[in-house]
Amino acid sequence: MSLFDTDELVINMGPQHPSTHGVLRVVLRLDGERVVGADVVIGYLHRGIEKLSEHRDWQQIVMLTDRMDYVSAATSNLGYCETVEKLMQIEVPRRARYIRTILSELQRIASHNLWLGTHAMDIGAMTVFLYNFRERELILDLFEEFCGARLTYSSMRIGGLPLDIPSGWARKVSAFCDLFETKIPEYEDLLTHNRIWKERTRNIGVISGADAIAIGLTGPPLRGSGVPRDVRKDEPYAAYDEFDFDVPIGSAGDIYDRYLVRLEEFRQSLRIIRQAIAGLPEGPVVGKVPRLIKPPAGETYHAIESPKGELGFFIVSDGRSNVPYRFRVRPPSFCNLQALPRLIKGHLVADVVAMIGSIDIVLGEVDR
Amino acid sequence: MPAFITPTVIAHLVLIFAVMNMLVLSSAFMVWMERKVCAYIQDRLGPNRVGFEGLLQPFADVFKLLLKEELVPKAADKLLFLLAPIISVAAALTAFSVVPFGTQITLFGLLDPPLRLEVTDVNVGILVVFAITSMGVYGIVLAGWSSNSKYSLLGGLRSSAQMISYEISYGLALAAVVMLAGSLSLREVVMNQSGYWWHLIPRWYLFLQPLGFLIFFTAGVAETNRAPFDFPEAEQELVAGYHTEYSSMSFGLFFLAEYVNMVTVSAVATSLYLGGWLGPFLPDWLGWIWFLIKTLALLFFYVWMRWTLPRYRYDQLMEFGWKYLLPVAIVNLIVTAALVIWLG
Repeated sequence: MSLFDTDELVINMGPQHPSTHGVLRVVLRLDGERVVGADVVIGYLHRGIEKLSEHRDWQQIVMLTDRMDYVSAATSNLGYCETVEKLMQIEVPRRARYIRTILSELQRIASHNLWLGTHAMDIGAMTVFLYNFRERELILDLFEEFCGARLTYSSMRIGGLPLDIPSGWARKVSAFCDLFETKIPEYEDLLTHNRIWKERTRNIGVISGADAIAIGLTGPPLRGSGVPRDVRKDEPYAAYDEFDFDVPIGSAGDIYDRYLVRLEEFRQSLRIIRQAIAGLPEGPVVGKVPRLIKPPAGETYHAIESPKGELGFFIVSDGRSNVPYRFRVRPPSFCNLQALPRLIKGHLVADVVAMIGSIDIVLGEVDR
Repeated sequence: MPAFITPTVIAHLVLIFAVMNMLVLSSAFMVWMERKVCAYIQDRLGPNRVGFEGLLQPFADVFKLLLKEELVPKAADKLLFLLAPIISVAAALTAFSVVPFGTQITLFGLLDPPLRLEVTDVNVGILVVFAITSMGVYGIVLAGWSSNSKYSLLGGLRSSAQMISYEISYGLALAAVVMLAGSLSLREVVMNQSGYWWHLIPRWYLFLQPLGFLIFFTAGVAETNRAPFDFPEAEQELVAGYHTEYSSMSFGLFFLAEYVNMVTVSAVATSLYLGGWLGPFLPDWLGWIWFLIKTLALLFFYVWMRWTLPRYRYDQLMEFGWKYLLPVAIVNLIVTAALVIWLG
C-alpha cells in the first residue's frame, strides 16, 4: 500500500439523509469534496401506482394520483381527470374549469412554497423555511375548507368537481392573494440580493437550453435555461386560455435562475387566480358524465403543467372492462432527476444538496 | 487552619469555581436565548413549557441527554473518540480564564489586597486566548477522524481547512490592537480604553479599529463554527458533520463547547474593542454589568446572523479568508503601525 492512499471516497448520500428530499439515494464518488461521479438510485418509494391503477375503477384512480406528487395533489388529480375526459370527450362546465384553475394555481404556490423553504434550508437559510410554511399553511386551510383534506385532496372528479366551492371561499382566496403578495418580498429580502445566496447559486449547476431539452427537462428547470415552454401557454387546458399571464424564463440556466423563475411564478399564479376569481362564471360544476365510466376503446396522452414540470398521462382503454387497460405517467420529477448526475459532476458536496433542491423532486412521483 | 488559607486564597478559589459555573450556565442561557430569538425571528413562540418562558428547557435537554445511552461505534478509535469532546470543552473553558470582566472588588473591605475580577492576569493574555481557542479545532478534527465515518471525516477535514483560512487574519487583527495598547495583557488593553473623546465618544478601540473589529468578529464566527461558517457540522450536507456518531453527553459536550466558545469570543471582542467593563452611570465595582451587556449584545448578533444568512461553501470561506480578509487585515495592520509611529 502506498503512503498516501488516493482512492476515491464513495459516499452514500441517502436514502436516509436530511436533504435528499425523501428516499433518494445518491452514490457519490468523491475526490476530497469534489464529486467525480454520481449514481442516482431510486425506487425506495415504489408502490406500483401505475400497475395498481390497471385494477381500479376509473373514479378510484383519482385517489391514487393524490399519492404521486403528494405535495401537489390537485395538479395530479387534474392531469388524470382531464386525460379521461379527453378519452371520453366529456365537456367540462366552464365554472368547473375556472375552479380547477384556481385550485391548480393555489397548489402551484403551495408546492413552490415547500420547494423554496426546503431549498433555502439546504443552503442553510433556515428562516425562509418557516416563512414559507407559514404561507403554505394558509393554502392548506383553503383546501381543507374546499374538500376536507390537507394533503391528499382527491379534489377533482372525471367531468368536473366533487362539489361546488363553499360560500365565502372565493373571498378568502382573494384575501390570501393580497396577503401573499406582501410576503413574497420577505423571501426576496432574505435571498435574492444576498451575497452568500448568490455565491452559492450563481454559475452552479448550469445547464444550457439545448441540453435541457435533450435530457427532457420540463417546468422551471427548463425555463430557467431560457426555453419558454409552458404547457399552460402552449397547449392550454382547464381555463388557462382565458387568462393573461407571462411565462418567466431565465438566461444562465443555473440554480439562481431556476430560483428566480419560480419566484416569478408565484406572482404569475396570483395574477391567474385573481382573474379567475373576478370572472368566475355561474353554473354547474359537473358535466354530463355517464353513471358508469367506461371510456371507448382507444388511447390518449394528455399533459398539464404541474409545479414541477410537464405531468403527462398516457391511458389506454379497451372499451370493455371498467378499468384502464394501460396506465402510464410521465412524471416531471422523474425526468428532471435525470439531469442530476450531469449537473453535479465536478461540483462540491455542498452543491449537491443545492442542486437536488433546485430541480425540485418529490420521490412519491419519481417512484410512483 | 493552615496559614496559607487566607481570605484572598479562598476568594480566588471561589472566583475560579464561579467562573467555571458561570460559563456553563451562560451556555445554557445561550441555548435558551438562541431558541427564543430564532423563534421570534421565524414567527414562532419557541420553548415556553419548562420553567418561566422555557428558561429551564436547556436543563431538561441536558437531563435527557444524560439518560441516553453512550454509543461508541465499533470501528471507532475508542480513546480518541472519547477524548475529542473533552479536548473541545477543556479548550473552550480554559480560554476564558484570562478574560477580565470587572475591575476589582474588596467585598466591603474584607479582602486585602482587593480581588481582581478575572481568573488570572497573564501578561500575554491575548496570546493565551489565541493559542487555547485554536486548540479547540483538535477536538473537532479528532472527533471527525476517530469516528471512522465518512461524513464525520469530511466534517473534520473541513474544520482544518477552515482553520488555516481565518487564523492568520484573526492574528493580524489582534496584532493591530496590541500595537495600539502597547500590551498583550487583556486587562491593560481594557484600561487603555478608558476616557472619552470630547466627553462624548468612549475611547473604545472599535472606533480606532473598525476594520479590525469586523475582521476579528468574522474570524471569530468561523472559529466557533457558527453559521454562516458552520461547515464542519452542516447538517444538510454532512448529516451532522464531525459529531454524527456522537450520542448522549459526549454530543452534549460538543454543544457546550460551541456555546462556551461563542461566549469567549464575544467576551474577548468586548475587552479588545468595546472597552470591556468600562461604561458610564455605574460605580466601578459594578462594571461587570456593562461587560455583560456588551457581551450579550455581541452574542445576540451571533444568533441573529445564524438565523438570517445562508451557509457559505467551505471553499468560498477559504477564498474569502485568503483573498479578502487577509489583505484587508495586512493593510489595517500597516496603517495602524504607521499611525502609531506617526502620532506616537
